[in-house]
Amino acid sequence: MGRARTVSALLVIDRLRVRFDSRDVLRALSLEVAAGELVALMAPSGAGKTTALRAVAALQPFDEGRIVVDGFALVPGPVPPEARLVPLRRRVGLVFQGHALFEHLSALDNITLALRHVLGKSREDADAVAERLLDSLEVGARASAWPRQLSGGEAQRVAIARALAPDPALLLMDEPTAALDPPRRTALGNTLRRLCEQGRGLLVATHDAEFARAHADRVLTLGT
Amino acid sequence: MVSLALCILTALAVQHPTARVLVWGGDAEGGAPFVEADPADPSQVRGFDVEVADRIACGLGRTTRFVQVQWSSIDQSVERGDFALGLSGVEDTPARRARHAATLPYFEFREVLAVRPEEAARIHGLIDLRGRRVATLGATIAYDLLMRARDSTGLIPVSYDDDVHPYGDLVTGRVDAVLLDHIIAQRALRRRGGSGFVILAPPVAVGHYVGVLARADSALRDSVDAVLREAMRDGSLEQIFRRWSVWDPTQGVLFDGVLRSNMTARSPGTAPVVQAIAYLPSLARAAAVTALVSVLSMMLAVLVGLALASGRLYGSGWLRALTTVYIEVIRGTPLLLQLFVIYYGLAGVVRLPAFLAAILGLGLNYAAYEAEIYRGALLAVPRAQLEAGRTLGLSEGQILRLVRGPQALRYALAPMTNDFVALLKDSALVSVITVVELTKQTAIYATNVGSWIVPGALCAVVYLAMSLPLARLARRLEHRWGARAP
Repeated sequence: MGRARTVSALLVIDRLRVRFDSRDVLRALSLEVAAGELVALMAPSGAGKTTALRAVAALQPFDEGRIVVDGFALVPGPVPPEARLVPLRRRVGLVFQGHALFEHLSALDNITLALRHVLGKSREDADAVAERLLDSLEVGARASAWPRQLSGGEAQRVAIARALAPDPALLLMDEPTAALDPPRRTALGNTLRRLCEQGRGLLVATHDAEFARAHADRVLTLGT
Repeated sequence: MVSLALCILTALAVQHPTARVLVWGGDAEGGAPFVEADPADPSQVRGFDVEVADRIACGLGRTTRFVQVQWSSIDQSVERGDFALGLSGVEDTPARRARHAATLPYFEFREVLAVRPEEAARIHGLIDLRGRRVATLGATIAYDLLMRARDSTGLIPVSYDDDVHPYGDLVTGRVDAVLLDHIIAQRALRRRGGSGFVILAPPVAVGHYVGVLARADSALRDSVDAVLREAMRDGSLEQIFRRWSVWDPTQGVLFDGVLRSNMTARSPGTAPVVQAIAYLPSLARAAAVTALVSVLSMMLAVLVGLALASGRLYGSGWLRALTTVYIEVIRGTPLLLQLFVIYYGLAGVVRLPAFLAAILGLGLNYAAYEAEIYRGALLAVPRAQLEAGRTLGLSEGQILRLVRGPQALRYALAPMTNDFVALLKDSALVSVITVVELTKQTAIYATNVGSWIVPGALCAVVYLAMSLPLARLARRLEHRWGARAP
C-alpha cells in the first residue's frame, strides 16, 4: 500500500472560501486526505495555508464551501461553540507553527493535560500514555523539561506528542520544518511516515518543496 | 461681664504695636460647648474655651485670632508655632507637662460612663463591663483608663476619632458603654432629647483642662497663668462657665485650690523610655491587627477581583456593563467615603462589626484594582496558547483554569505585590471606623507622649518589617516562574 491513495477520505475540503475584510485569502480550495496518507499543502508565505488548517481545526470561520472530518461537517458562518465541537476535537490534532507548548507546564504535563481533563484518565494512566508517546518520538528523556529548555526539534516532537495524545485520526501540521536543519528534516519526515503507517491522515502546510517531495504522498500547490 | 468689658477696653487702649494679637488654636469640629462655629456667623467661633481665650488675651492686652486645628494635633501644632496657645478641652497629663508648657488647670471634668437605660441598674463601673465593648475618644485620659481596665477587668476598649459617633453606636448597640468627659456626655444626651442612654453619676476619674503652649514659651505661660488666677479671683471665669451651663461646685473647689496653693502640675512626669516600653504591647497588638486586616482584605480583593475580571472578559453584555460600573464607581470614589458608608451608612440595614466592615471596605475597594490587573494579565496570554487548549478539546472554563489563569498569574504578580503593599498602608484608614491598627495606635502613643519622633520611627520600622519581606517573596516567585517562560 505505502503511498497509494485509499478511497476512505478522512478529510474533505470542498470549494473552501475565506475572506478577510472583503479580500479573498482562500478561494475554492478543494482537497481530500485519506487515512494513511500524507498530503503536503505547498504555497508561498501568506497564501492561506495556515488559514486552511485553522478552518479545518475550527479556529477560523469560513465564508463558503464545506469541510468534513471523518463524518463531522463544518459549514460556513461563525465558529460553533466548543460544546458542539467535541466530536471534531477527538478527530483532529493540530501542531502549531512555533509549537505553542504551554509555558507553565513541563513537557510531560503538556501531553497529559488533555488526557486527564478531556478524556478523564487518571494521573498514572495519563503519565504512562505520555511517556510512551515521548519515547516513540525519541524525546522520552526530556519529559520533565520546561518548554523553554527544549531545542527547536525537541519542542516540535513534544508538540506532536501533545497533538497525538487524544489519538486523533487526522493530524494537521503548520510549517513543521521551519526551524529544522536538513538531518532533522529527514528525521521528522520519517516520523511522519510512521504516523501514516499507523493509519492516520496527515495534512502538512509547508513552503519546503524538497521536504514535500521527499515525504508526501501528494503535493497540492496553492495560489499558482 | 463687667471685668471682661473692662479688659477689652484696656486692650484697645494699650494697643501694643507688636504682638498685640494672641493667636490661639482649637478644634471647632469638637463642637459645643468648647469651641464651635457660631450658627449666626459660621466664620466665627463660640464656646466657653473661646471666651477663656478672649479673657486671657484681654488680660495680656491683646486681641485674639483663632486657628482651626485637629484636636489630636494641638500639641504638635503649638510646638511648630502655628499658634501661641492651644485651648479646646486640652487635658492635663504628665506627658503634656513634660513636653510642653501647660497652664494651670482652669476646669475640672469628670470621666463618666454612659450606658443604655436598661443596663443602668446592672452597670456601676468599669468592673461591671468585663468582655463588653466600651467606646471613647482615642489619645485621651479616658482611653488610657480603658486600656488599663482592659488588663484588669477584661473590657474591650473601642477608639473613635470623634466624640459624636460613640453615643450613636451606644444607642444602636454597637458598643455597650461610653467613657468620656461629663461635658461631652451631657451634650450628647441633650442632642438626643435626653433619651437613648443614661449617664452614671459616680465619675470613673477626674481630670482638668489646661491651655498648652510651646515648651520655649514658658514666660508667656506664666503670664497666662497670672491672667487665669486673676479671672478665677474676679469671677470672670465663673461667669463664662455659667453662661455655657458648665459651672458646678467642683469648679469653685478647683479655683480655691489653685489660688491657695499656686498649683500647676498635678502629676509627676514619666520618663519617655518607660512610656515607650509601656506602649510596646499595644503597638504589637495594633501591628497584628494591621497584618490581619491587610491579609484578609487582600484575600477578599483577589477573589472578588477574579470574579470581576472574569465577568468583564467572559460575561454577557449586561454582566460586562455591571462589572464595569462597579470598577469605575469604586475606583472613582474615596476609600474613606466607602468605609463610612459601609460602617455608618448601612447601619440602619445591617449593623456590621467594625473589623468586618474594615475588611469588606478595603477588600471590595481593592478588588476593583485587582480586577483590572487580572483583566490585563489574562489579555496578555498569547492567543496561540488558548487555541492550543481549544484544539485539545478543553472547555473555555478549563482553558481559563488550566492554561490562561496560571499563565496570567505570572504577569499579575508584580502589580499584585505593589497593591498589597499599598493596601497594608491604606489599612490605616480603617481607624475612622474604630479599628485601632498600627497608625492609629502610633498616633495615640505620639499624642500621649507629645512627640512623633520615637513613635513614628517605631511605626515605620514595623510597616517596613511587613512590606519588605513581601517584595522579596514576590521577586523570588517571579524569578522562579520566569524560569519556565521563554
